[in-house]
Amino acid sequence: MALLEIRGLCKNFRSLRALEGVDVDVEAGRFHGLIGPNGSGKSTLLKAIAGAHFADSGSIVFDGRDITRATPYERARAGLSLKFQITAVLPELSVYDNVLLAMQSAESLPRLLRSSSRRAFDGEVVALLERFRLLDRADHLAGELSHGQQQWLEIAMALALKPKLLLLDEPTGGMSPEERQVTGRLLEPIKAHCALIIVEHDLHFIRDICDYLTVLDQGKVLDQGDVETIQRSPKVQQVFTTRV
Amino acid sequence: MLSEAGSDLAMGSQSAKRRDATGPSRPFRRVLPYVEIGALVVALVLPFALGDRTDLVTLATNILILSMLAISFDLCWGLAGIMSFGQALFFGVAGYAIALVGRDLDFSDLWATLPLAMLVGFCLAALFAAFLLMGRKTPSIIFVAFGTLTGSYAAERLVSGWQYVGAGNGLSSVKLLKLGAYEFVEGDAFYFLALGLLLLVYLGARYFKQSQLGLVLAGMRQNEERLAFFGYRVQLFKAVLFSFAGMVAGLGGALYSYHQGFIGPGNMGPGLSTTAVVYCLLGGSGTLIGPIFGTAIVEGLSYALSDIAAIQHIWPVVLGFVLLVVVMFQPRGIVGLLVSDRERIGSYGRRRSDG
Repeated sequence: MALLEIRGLCKNFRSLRALEGVDVDVEAGRFHGLIGPNGSGKSTLLKAIAGAHFADSGSIVFDGRDITRATPYERARAGLSLKFQITAVLPELSVYDNVLLAMQSAESLPRLLRSSSRRAFDGEVVALLERFRLLDRADHLAGELSHGQQQWLEIAMALALKPKLLLLDEPTGGMSPEERQVTGRLLEPIKAHCALIIVEHDLHFIRDICDYLTVLDQGKVLDQGDVETIQRSPKVQQVFTTRV
Repeated sequence: MLSEAGSDLAMGSQSAKRRDATGPSRPFRRVLPYVEIGALVVALVLPFALGDRTDLVTLATNILILSMLAISFDLCWGLAGIMSFGQALFFGVAGYAIALVGRDLDFSDLWATLPLAMLVGFCLAALFAAFLLMGRKTPSIIFVAFGTLTGSYAAERLVSGWQYVGAGNGLSSVKLLKLGAYEFVEGDAFYFLALGLLLLVYLGARYFKQSQLGLVLAGMRQNEERLAFFGYRVQLFKAVLFSFAGMVAGLGGALYSYHQGFIGPGNMGPGLSTTAVVYCLLGGSGTLIGPIFGTAIVEGLSYALSDIAAIQHIWPVVLGFVLLVVVMFQPRGIVGLLVSDRERIGSYGRRRSDG
């Protein structure tokens, strides 16, 4: 059984059909890329999985549990974590506090009130910051980081939730080529404990990092398969050569 | 509780030192603890400095009591981002509750009546929170503001026409607050009782703000939706803070009722609710000490201006103008002049650069 099973997912925005009968399976430990031309429904699908909006019909089953109508809070508790397309770090908190805030999210209210885990989490927060090259910036306000660093901080926060499935919406958006390379290297080690769905325009990045691809076009699944299969797919080649 | 709050403070100063060592982009010095200690010292010596000016001791006691209402609003707005225009509702209902217990049951013992008032404030606020905050979707600020304002207005109208609670005249000759055989009348004893209770409320609210829960609240104020995606039940946190704020307002209402010997419909209406907003915004929301300064300034000015014959009739207009100028040109309030944004928002973690 796949970690995430999406069946017949539809989503309309007034007269616009953003998703039409989408079926996708994501296996545990797999890096799964969502690609497609602009407006093909990639971000809509990602948001429907994360709970930013509800699908009109179809079902989403995550880890054996139907989450189609679950709130973002319930999905996050079930092990889904989303990095937004537009960075949504908390700009007036320090970099350290941003990560701590994400990490302590599973704590109960009385424990938060007693500050019982502040010291216990310190090592983990520092380790994450170190891994994402942000340790020397720990005490800076998140809003003062460069765009690329904010993207890394977002990924670090998403990982701090210890998710089973991480959803990344354009993680390398606005990054320099060097920063993209580093991002790829930073993501590699998480494969051991977490699956990944990634929406990205940079096809080289997607090809380097993903095991499996789903190609969307006009709200429908055009093709799915491993990277080599998709690269050879005539349907995909046609869409990408004519419309991208 | 106090020792943990103290250790938080110590931790804060350590992390400030580290910040200096690692070269932060915008270093900040903690000034709030000094402001707090200064305010406490002034409050402790004030009755002795005032000597036999009993009218001023009464005014100062009133300020301490109304400060609880101001802190109650700061917990809602400054900490949890809930724009409540109905804090006086919890204040007034609790005031009525203890006045009725005194009148009908002939009972006014401190150990039972003050917890009762807190319970009334807490339960009523929790009820409002259940309706206004705990929906499946995040309610807008306007919805909550109107909901609380309507509650406050409706309660004032209801009480104004209800004979059992004195209708428009309110309840006067409220029984004196007792501790054993001792009765608290206006004066130094009541002042120090109010000061002691305000100090407890303040330390409790400060503990909230500096705990890991305070970090959640700081995040919530910046981006509520983001916190829901972390897995936080944002509405539950808001409801808890709102109920706690209701409890604080309830305590203030009971003390007000005992101190004034009177409670009326105006003590639970939109007028006083809005005044609480003014106390907080003028002093500096989110700082906890700011609302106390705001209360002292508004009430002090009101007292002083109403005594000057030339402006006796227009003093509310003068006061209103002063407040407008402050809110327009110093939106972070008086305390915002001393305290940096970073200190106001708070810093929760520390980096072990030496570890």
